[in-house]
Amino acid sequence: MKNQNIKFIQGNEACVEGALYAGLDFFAGYPITPSTEIAELLSYRLPQKGGKFIQMEDEIASMGAIIGASLTGSKVMTATSGPGFSLMQEALGYAIMTEIPCVIVNVQRGGPSTGIPTHVSQGDVYQARWGTHGDHAIVTITASNHQDVFQTTVDAFNISETYRTPVILLYDEVIGHMREQLVLPKQGELPLVERLRTSVREGVNYHPYLPREDGRLPMSDFGGVHRYNVTGLFHDMWGFPSDNPEVVHDLIRHLVDKIRNNVNQIARFKEYYLEDAKCILISYGSSARSARHVVEYLRPRGEKLGLLELQTLWPFPHDIVNEKCVNAKHVVVVEMNMGQILREVKRAVERPERVFIANRIDGVFITPKDIRDILRVIQGKGV
Amino acid sequence: MAIKGYIRERFFPHIWCPGCGHGIVLNSLLRAIEKLGMSKNEIVVVSGIGCSSRISGYVDFHTLHTIHGRALAFATGVKMSRPELNLIVPMGDGDALAIGGNHFIHSARRNIDMTAIVMNNRIYGMTGGQYSPLSGYGTLATTAPYTNIDYAFDTVELAKAAGASFVARSTTYHVQQLTKILKQAILHEGFSVVEVLSQCPTYFGRKNRKGTAADMMEFYKDNTTPVGSKAKKENPDLIERGVFVEKEMLEYCREYEKIIERAMKGRS
Ligand SMILES: Cc1ncc(C[n+]2csc(CCOP(=O)(O)OP(=O)(O)O)c2C)c(N)n1
Ligand code: SF4
Ligand SMILES: [Mg+2]
Repeated sequence: MKNQNIKFIQGNEACVEGALYAGLDFFAGYPITPSTEIAELLSYRLPQKGGKFIQMEDEIASMGAIIGASLTGSKVMTATSGPGFSLMQEALGYAIMTEIPCVIVNVQRGGPSTGIPTHVSQGDVYQARWGTHGDHAIVTITASNHQDVFQTTVDAFNISETYRTPVILLYDEVIGHMREQLVLPKQGELPLVERLRTSVREGVNYHPYLPREDGRLPMSDFGGVHRYNVTGLFHDMWGFPSDNPEVVHDLIRHLVDKIRNNVNQIARFKEYYLEDAKCILISYGSSARSARHVVEYLRPRGEKLGLLELQTLWPFPHDIVNEKCVNAKHVVVVEMNMGQILREVKRAVERPERVFIANRIDGVFITPKDIRDILRVIQGKGV
Repeated sequence: MAIKGYIRERFFPHIWCPGCGHGIVLNSLLRAIEKLGMSKNEIVVVSGIGCSSRISGYVDFHTLHTIHGRALAFATGVKMSRPELNLIVPMGDGDALAIGGNHFIHSARRNIDMTAIVMNNRIYGMTGGQYSPLSGYGTLATTAPYTNIDYAFDTVELAKAAGASFVARSTTYHVQQLTKILKQAILHEGFSVVEVLSQCPTYFGRKNRKGTAADMMEFYKDNTTPVGSKAKKENPDLIERGVFVEKEMLEYCREYEKIIERAMKGRS
């Protein structure tokens, strides 16, 4: 008998399944390769559950619409790729400043500019971190297979609700378009974080930006029983604009610290054969598939190789990387860019001179052979 | 409820210059809402960035002060999630028609139910007097020191062409008419555009030797005429004011409800 819960689908579809599982209510987007399937599928699936889909006039409008919808109490998402992600940056900063939960999927293609639309890249890692202006913190997560795409999409919604922050799902073209199996978890199997709503009753003063003792800020559905102001200007606990130095200082600290102080809670990673590894590969997204293949291939051949697969890229889990790499002779970062996570790893480990890169930047997926060839050079075994 | 009840007193004093037309727009808007007898909880005001957009902070409704030019996009998300709310979107001329021009025409095209108010002072007030897409040929601005060679949009024609189902224009001189038009616009189901000629004595007035705020309002009195008047035929330079379009059209959120019905049926 056909098992309805096992699917053979694209990564973009796995992301949609994860979002619907997490309770997505509203999606706004603008078509762009290689993310378009997410919008297409949601235009079909969302209204079936009473949710809403809208194709906006551009990605700026898409970000605006999801922020507006989230504020009213909806779980929201948009999906794009490099050029569209660039357009979203100003509104993304608005969501950070106003602490409005939302999930932004960037299925990476090669850039800069229009770049190489149908090919893979991981070149937007830093853009995810620093794309919008001003000091800020952000959460960015990725995955290397469809089961993990599903799981990290659910995680993204949970994290965005927990910390009232935008979360970026930084997938890539190979993950988005590749087909493989996804086993759908049953409802209730994965924990879901719902919107933390204020217990302040109607008619009683509600302060939208007054944190509770645990630092969390309960929300009141915009348009509901409490009237308040939301602004991208620095603001006080009422949401009213303020240029009081103390208010400005405290808000920027709050925005950065609420993420920074929870690095380990937000960190998601997987490890393979790290216990005795002399050489550790660090990778993420689709590159981690090839990296894992190399490890599985060389282990039986006597090489003490291990893999640390990062899922949370931002905030970067410096302590975890440091700890895992303490005994490694070599650390090799496998990625499809000029060394964006490489730089973070070098900053995290005791001996940065032992950290190398195995990369491709030509729009072609990095293969296990590519990595093995580079490993031979690094390990001094010749070309 | 008295007008005062709609205002957030702790937000005052406001930032507007003496004589600025934007305060008159605020006054008219609140009177319109008062006359309609609407409760504060049913109204959402979404604005962008500019002197005009500060209006959202001063009113005791649900208020969302967003980013420059994008108010209509944010408002679309609010409205689609909560169609029962009344959305009012006050914008500056630059906000609505330069950086936000794309959202303006597309919101009109969708006929999503909200009231867009374009507070047209023909200048970028907040940034100190640069020309806007409504300044018009031959005006002076801090970025047009020799003279402006950009032609202006006609907000009404643009809104009509983009498909808005309610289009009107008034001025800060004609407050009675403005209040009446705003009432009509809010009641209208669909995308309503109300252009208000609103003086900026500080920049447009000073740069273009238009005199005091009172002089600028006198100008609105002397140089506008009701839609379709005989005076317009005799003097084509007069600016028409009144309601240009008021038509029934299927509204976006209601149409989406039908999509949901269809999708749900298809499933069972
Ligand atoms: C993306 C972006 N670009 C530029 C600005 C600077 N800016 C703020 S308000 C404004 C124009 C305001 O003019 P208008 O919309 O006509 O409103 P007014 O102040 O005249 O009422 C500009 C250019 C900004 N805030 N954001
Ligand atoms: S600069 Fe112009 S638009 Fe701005 S508050 Fe002053 S008069 Fe009004
Ligand atoms: Mg202006």
